[in-house]
Amino acid sequence: MTDIKAQMDVIPGVDPRAPLLEVNDLHVEFRTQYGVAKAVNGANFWLSPGETLAILGESGCGKSVTAQAIMGILDSPPGFITKGEVRYRGVDLLKLPEEQRRRVRANRIAMIFQDALSALNPVYTVGFQLAEVFRIHRGMSRGDAKKRAIELLDQVKIPAAKARVSDYPHQFSGGMRQRVMIAMALALDPEVLIADEPTTALDVTVQAQIMGLLAELQQQRNMGLILITHDMGVVADVADRISVMYAGKVVEEAAVYDIYSRPAHPYTRALLESIPRLDMKGQQLNVIRGLPPALTDIPKGCAFNPRCRYAKDPCRQDPAPPAYAVAPHRTARCHFFREVLGE
Amino acid sequence: MSDLNSVTAAEAPDQMSTQPRPRRGKQDKPRSLAGDAWNDLRKSKIFWVAIVLVVVVLLMAAWPSLFTSADPRDCALSRKFGGPTGGAIFGYDFQGCDVYARTVYGARNSIIVGIVSTAIAGVIGIVVGLSSGFFGGAVDAVLSRFIDIMLAIPFLLAGIVLSSRLSSDPNDDGLIAVILTLGLLTWTTGARVMRSAVISAKNQDYVAAGRMLGAGPGRLMLRHILPNSIAAFIVVLTILLGVNIGVEATLSFLGVGLKGDAISWGIAISEATGTARVAAAPLVWPATFLGLTVLAFIMLGDAIRDAFDPKLR
Repeated sequence: MTDIKAQMDVIPGVDPRAPLLEVNDLHVEFRTQYGVAKAVNGANFWLSPGETLAILGESGCGKSVTAQAIMGILDSPPGFITKGEVRYRGVDLLKLPEEQRRRVRANRIAMIFQDALSALNPVYTVGFQLAEVFRIHRGMSRGDAKKRAIELLDQVKIPAAKARVSDYPHQFSGGMRQRVMIAMALALDPEVLIADEPTTALDVTVQAQIMGLLAELQQQRNMGLILITHDMGVVADVADRISVMYAGKVVEEAAVYDIYSRPAHPYTRALLESIPRLDMKGQQLNVIRGLPPALTDIPKGCAFNPRCRYAKDPCRQDPAPPAYAVAPHRTARCHFFREVLGE
Repeated sequence: MSDLNSVTAAEAPDQMSTQPRPRRGKQDKPRSLAGDAWNDLRKSKIFWVAIVLVVVVLLMAAWPSLFTSADPRDCALSRKFGGPTGGAIFGYDFQGCDVYARTVYGARNSIIVGIVSTAIAGVIGIVVGLSSGFFGGAVDAVLSRFIDIMLAIPFLLAGIVLSSRLSSDPNDDGLIAVILTLGLLTWTTGARVMRSAVISAKNQDYVAAGRMLGAGPGRLMLRHILPNSIAAFIVVLTILLGVNIGVEATLSFLGVGLKGDAISWGIAISEATGTARVAAAPLVWPATFLGLTVLAFIMLGDAIRDAFDPKLR
């Protein structure tokens, strides 16, 4: 497979020593008739091979939009990337011509969607859809492509893959469907896999199976995984590092252990406190007061200040807090991170 | 229930047979959408009834002499409104012509006008609807306004003008003019239906997934969006086929359709309407043939549409 990959190396300027994926100061906005919604306002993170980065946040904080921008499948218009860069091995994907960009997709960076039923084309069998990827990208014959499709379905542990390859998406159960979606995304051996809430549509037992499968496949392939989720329970098991997003900004970035033991941003702290625990049985759940800001009207200063119990005057003034280095490889966008850490 | 299913499915491969399975042909044969559709169609009674009707009508159009040995232009006023006799099983019309022979010979013009004009309207409708729905923005604005303008023009007026301009030569039989007129004026409904179906299909995740896997706009349109949005369009076209066969009669009646002594179901129907109370047969028979033909095409369209929708399997 590597020799084919070498032939595919048509992207100029790829530096194998550069970081696998780097997102710098990414800004995305949606220009609608009701105003400009600033969905992503300076997202920063990086990813190394074999590593799992979780992007965590409430609904509407810009997680999925960030993923779409990295993938290059943002609907434009109304979505526009106004600033920033997405570097794959040193190459800024946002500056690549569309033709080359398309080659990066699936070959280097692939994505799985939240709802696998709507992400698979209902009029083709899963085998046909998988085989098509090989026929188009690898120029395989129909027979060979079908064989590869069955192998892949086997790899994602679909029982009786040989028979199921000619079933239609609606004939699969939710978990099996997500496995097909994973097979599809992994078809061309990408180095980066973005999983956009891969288990949200599934029930808890199947969730665990899918997460286990993803972790296993990631290890086999030494693949970088970006896991987008709002589920802190899922994150704790699989992630190496976490980027917490709020109102389109990464407000805290740290190793998973650090975040869970000592959060440095009040938002992260509030999120952790809102996880229901067994010893809280019968008590009210801790919630974060208020709602995330409307993206058309983000508060001045720190976007979290109206809901923050640490907020003081500087938080309500522009400029927004910069990314303070809390520790090596650990940042937080909070003026009072020391206080939050409890120092 | 689905929870249970997925858990057992993952843990106990042997129990997979609880899942609904489609009928399968030979395992090693690769299945494709068209192949599966054909398998389905072969088993559909409606499809075969429709096919038989369509084949009969097409034979009638191609070789009318297979069905009657009488001459449709052999008319004698002495036989006006005569009842059925030996060869003329449907009797005679107000000119004393053999109704059966004229109905058989009328198939050719009616079928050609219906199929070709619907095909033209279909191609324009698909191209306009697909591109305005898929590209959106300025393309959509221009094409949609164009559709609006086309719809605002009174159909009959436009038909008369266009048809008479297209066949100004008196020796011309007017067939091509009628076909073009109908094709160019009737694509709008289909285009609108197509456009809205494309817009809803385009926002589906599988289109985003296709882009994620590196598909270009052409592949997205033809492979992913078109097959998922064509169902309603096929229905519109099958209805349009019948309507166009009828409208040809209107144009011919007004003198801008088929000219001279052309024979068609539409002409026969419009000629016989005035005298229907005196003699019903000259009206009923061509109308029945027209109705059966349209019905056959509608059934065919339905069967094909259903066969191409895997969820109905």
